Amino acid sequence: MPRQSYDMHLRELQDELLVLSSMVEKAVAWSINALRDRDLDLARQVIADDSKVDGKCIEIEEKAVQLIVTQAPVAGDLRLILSIIHLLDELERIGDHAEGIARIAVMIGDEPPLKPLIDIPRMADKTRDMLKRAMDAFVRRDTAEAIRINAEDDDVDALYDQVYRELLTFMLEDPKTITRATRLIWVAHNLERCADRVTNICERTVYMVTGKIDGLRASNY
Amino acid sequence: MDPKITVRDVDFFYGTVQALKKVSIDLREHQITALIGPSGCGKSTFLRSLNRMNDTIYGAKLVGDVLLDGRNVYGDGVDVVELRQRVGMVFQQPNPFPKTIYENVVFGPRVLGEADSGKLDHIAETSLKAAGLWDEVKDDLRKSGLALSGGQQQRLCIARALAVEPEVILMDEPCSALDPLSTLKIEELMQELKKDYTIVIVTHNMQQAARASEWTGFFLMGELIEYGVTGEIFSRPEDKRTEDYITGRFG
Repeated sequence: MPRQSYDMHLRELQDELLVLSSMVEKAVAWSINALRDRDLDLARQVIADDSKVDGKCIEIEEKAVQLIVTQAPVAGDLRLILSIIHLLDELERIGDHAEGIARIAVMIGDEPPLKPLIDIPRMADKTRDMLKRAMDAFVRRDTAEAIRINAEDDDVDALYDQVYRELLTFMLEDPKTITRATRLIWVAHNLERCADRVTNICERTVYMVTGKIDGLRASNY
Repeated sequence: MDPKITVRDVDFFYGTVQALKKVSIDLREHQITALIGPSGCGKSTFLRSLNRMNDTIYGAKLVGDVLLDGRNVYGDGVDVVELRQRVGMVFQQPNPFPKTIYENVVFGPRVLGEADSGKLDHIAETSLKAAGLWDEVKDDLRKSGLALSGGQQQRLCIARALAVEPEVILMDEPCSALDPLSTLKIEELMQELKKDYTIVIVTHNMQQAARASEWTGFFLMGELIEYGVTGEIFSRPEDKRTEDYITGRFG
């Protein structure tokens, strides 16, 4: 079988991408835990760890560039490497959103809670689940699953609507809650953006397998 | 765009060995078509069948149609010399005659009966210019063609092919014996030449096919497996065998 070492490098690149996605997924989970549990140390940890995510992205991109210049990939190999480079952007931005949530957690500090967090952790759980499955679909070349996950973005959008409406009610009833409510809307917005990034990963999976760059379906946001 | 050459259901045999199987393809005018495939896949046989270079091989037989501007090149009454004047060829190894640069270029026109020295001078200059060699040799036209570098020799052979004013130029791995810079010069030259000529190139260099051609055909075991726009073939080939070959997982 020719090109064994090339194939090995392509596999390694995907393995590294999975490591990156698990780092990012952990960042999302921890940022929400920090917010919910008012754990400022954990929040600061997420903020500090974001530079590790960025470093990992650069490392993988450099390896991808090396493969391009040394192996001159074409066809399916080229689509795989191009998709990995796109996914780096998506994952890096999800990491940034997690960092954004952690910064909000620090900003909120020990202010009295506006309300118990219910839908926001639910959004985070759904988004993380979508991310894990989307990465799995990517490495398994499973377009059907990618298309399914893409559609699940509606669930996250619905939760976002719900959070937004609820927080709006708080603000209308008592303007003193505006600052705290706005911060939670930012958190929800960050999660909503994360889920959108996951849909981009799904689109890339379809492109990688089929060679067709069709937006699967635009998000409502 | 009308095809310059239309090939329909061509089978080719070396004795009992079938080298081409039901090959059909349209080669478009003023475009560069690259033919790729592993050794022995039939791409050179195919190329040489376009101007009947295989005729002289004992036991060789072609079945099917090869139409140049709609006329069958294997039809009755076709003058093979005239055919090869219209469909010229450049080979893998630069093969200048052991003559001066000038004599190499005007060799064809002389054979075809041109004796006017003024006209021959003009042909030599325009052909060498078209082949991108004029500026390098204009002061040394009486130097032996064999004294040139490999890349220059190959451009001399291209000038020699152009001197008889062909319509189609067939190139059989024209750069495989050249260094990268000479290769790029030939590829740039091809881009100039396609304005006036139809070019078909056989190459083992996949990057060259991707860089230099508009159309790519992939041959495997005598069959044309896939033929299409070069960008499509190299980004999303339809046939798994094409994908395996161009990504280096075949063979």
